Amino acid sequence: MVGIFEDLGFEAGLAAVLGNLVGVVVLATVFLLLPIFTIWVERKVAARFQNRIGPNRVGPYGILQSFPDVVKLLGKELILPRNVDKIPYLLSPIIMVAAVVLIVAVIPLAPTIIGTDLSIGALYFVSVGSLTTIAIVMAGWGSNNKYALLGAFRTVAQLISYEIPLVFSLLIPILLVGSLSMQTIVEFQDTYWIIFYVPTAAVIFLVSNIAEIGRAPFDLIEAESELIAGYMIEYSGMAFAMFYLAEFLHAFLVAVIFSVLFLGGWQGPLAQDVPVLGIAYLTIKSFIVYFAMLWVRMTLPRFRIDHLMAFNWKFLVPVSIVHVLVTAGIWSALPEPDLSGGWFARLGEEFPRMALNLVASVVIAVVSLRLLRQYAEQERQRLSEVTAMVEHKQYPLATTGQGAQSNVIVVGTGSGD
Amino acid sequence: MELTWQAIAFFIFSALTLGGGFAVVTQRNIFHAALFLMLSLFGTAGLFVLLIAPFLAAVQVLVYIGAIAILVLFAIMLTRRLMGLTISLNQQWPAAALAMLVLFGVLLLVLTPVGDDILGQNWSANLPTDGDTAPEVTYITVREIGVAFSTQNGFVLPFEIVSLLLTSALIGAIVVAREDEAI
Amino acid sequence: MELGQWAFVAAFFVVAPLLPIAPIVLNRLLAPSRPSETKLDVYECGVETVGDTWGQIKVQYYLYAIIFLVFDVEMVFLFPWAVALGSLDFSAYLAGLVFVFLLVEGLVYAWRKGALEWN
Repeated sequence: MVGIFEDLGFEAGLAAVLGNLVGVVVLATVFLLLPIFTIWVERKVAARFQNRIGPNRVGPYGILQSFPDVVKLLGKELILPRNVDKIPYLLSPIIMVAAVVLIVAVIPLAPTIIGTDLSIGALYFVSVGSLTTIAIVMAGWGSNNKYALLGAFRTVAQLISYEIPLVFSLLIPILLVGSLSMQTIVEFQDTYWIIFYVPTAAVIFLVSNIAEIGRAPFDLIEAESELIAGYMIEYSGMAFAMFYLAEFLHAFLVAVIFSVLFLGGWQGPLAQDVPVLGIAYLTIKSFIVYFAMLWVRMTLPRFRIDHLMAFNWKFLVPVSIVHVLVTAGIWSALPEPDLSGGWFARLGEEFPRMALNLVASVVIAVVSLRLLRQYAEQERQRLSEVTAMVEHKQYPLATTGQGAQSNVIVVGTGSGD
Repeated sequence: MELTWQAIAFFIFSALTLGGGFAVVTQRNIFHAALFLMLSLFGTAGLFVLLIAPFLAAVQVLVYIGAIAILVLFAIMLTRRLMGLTISLNQQWPAAALAMLVLFGVLLLVLTPVGDDILGQNWSANLPTDGDTAPEVTYITVREIGVAFSTQNGFVLPFEIVSLLLTSALIGAIVVAREDEAI
Repeated sequence: MELGQWAFVAAFFVVAPLLPIAPIVLNRLLAPSRPSETKLDVYECGVETVGDTWGQIKVQYYLYAIIFLVFDVEMVFLFPWAVALGSLDFSAYLAGLVFVFLLVEGLVYAWRKGALEWN
């Protein structure tokens, strides 16, 4: 792109600026328009899960449904409530979308097509992602509404907590590849995808990312029944829509990043020679991951906030730390295989390393799930004793005091659109 | 001096850093001051990029904006009715101004040729001036940082001490924060 | 060249905020604007708002933020370690192991003291 402007006779520096700007506008706009499609996908899939038909009027299978929705939103009044702190209030939706769009810069779409292959690409993804936290605090504070502020602080507590297992599980592919560059991570996976080495890390990464977007079952940050949409409560019109745009775009980008890190990105037959095929492979993989995320969203009920925090700090964080240490140990103990041969030779050479890591990763998953089950059985036992006592009118809830609260089971209301 | 794109970027980021910093101390609204602090930190991240230290830039955003600034905001919220206060200049500003002046003087002496003129030869760090040709600079990659962290000839002891420091910070914070609950 | 790549990122930082600004401005221009006393009020499902918005939050949030900060800094140190590990010998792994164990100690302490509980 830069070359074109240089040919047109622009001075080199200016050509670089213009070329970059055009490239960015094209790339960012393509990704920004994606939610128009993914929202339709989401509504259609959600409908099928709930035994409905979903959008079916505008265009074939309702595929154009999002366009009238956009037009409708443009006509909605943009209310600027009294007493809001204007600057943070108005900046918040902008930063929210911008932070998500920035992730696009480091996604390798094909062997030669990538925004920019930063040497610290993976870290850039985490850093930029942490900017959304700021946007949420600004929304919560700026709205001058108790529910918004409460929602914002809950959200921030959730986001920062789940960032820890997210980064630890991100460390594992980095450790295997020995680079932070996204393109190098994809190139590493030309024999086996990283998910075959460390499936447990992949699951942790996906789960903590779903929490990071705030999707079901981690969507209690916008729990309509208690917090009436949380930090977004005072927003209307397009400003409100921007939060949703950011959420949908972020959700899809998470699927893309997951495919890049664990499912080989653009890797696939002939992708090295035909870049378009690479894009196609990445798109297919991303949509499969996206579907899995929707599946989770439509199936699991919402967490309660103390469970949410406990699940992170007492399960995901320890498991991901152990996983990092185990994988690092195996990786530094094993000798580097000879990867100079052809593809099949490399497949054979790489196999022992892959198999050993796979076994270790599965063992970690099995052991941690067994511990979890043991704990669950204990809890169930304790709970049934408590229930029995209540039925015999002994009311342990009043006498045990502190323990009382954790005995109450609240089942989330699930998610609705 | 030729106005390169790098120079323009440097001026923009410097303006962000300094302007943000200035706003932090002059803003009466403490929440706004915290937001300007983030702006200032962001400008610093940009300066790191210009120094070709992208790892530091990403860390700057991740740790300072993503974590420390959040901690600052939580601390503000923790303090009841801080919003109602109008924060004005306190009594410490002369001392702060003096410290600033001293620091500025030291930097001037060390980083510019002025130091050589006043205090004799070889006082300042011999940074290149416009006349000199730019020296060869080797930029540090993330891998080299990692090697330095974990080899005996490098910084393995400081690396472990950092961990110890972080742990003690964590324990200290928990003790202080839960003081009232008599652990 | 590293800086050239960052020029692209810089361009992203310029363009990214413009993308959400455009529809919001368009919305402002196209949509009707009929503010009224009730419409501009704090939204609390129709109930009059009581007390100050910017009240006190729980210490718990602050504790989570502290623990997060400590782990965040730890992870920053682990990134270069993870990148370099493949090309180093086993002693490098031990260095990282000690580093992480010292922090796990902190996590265990926080867990024991109930700093991870949400009350």
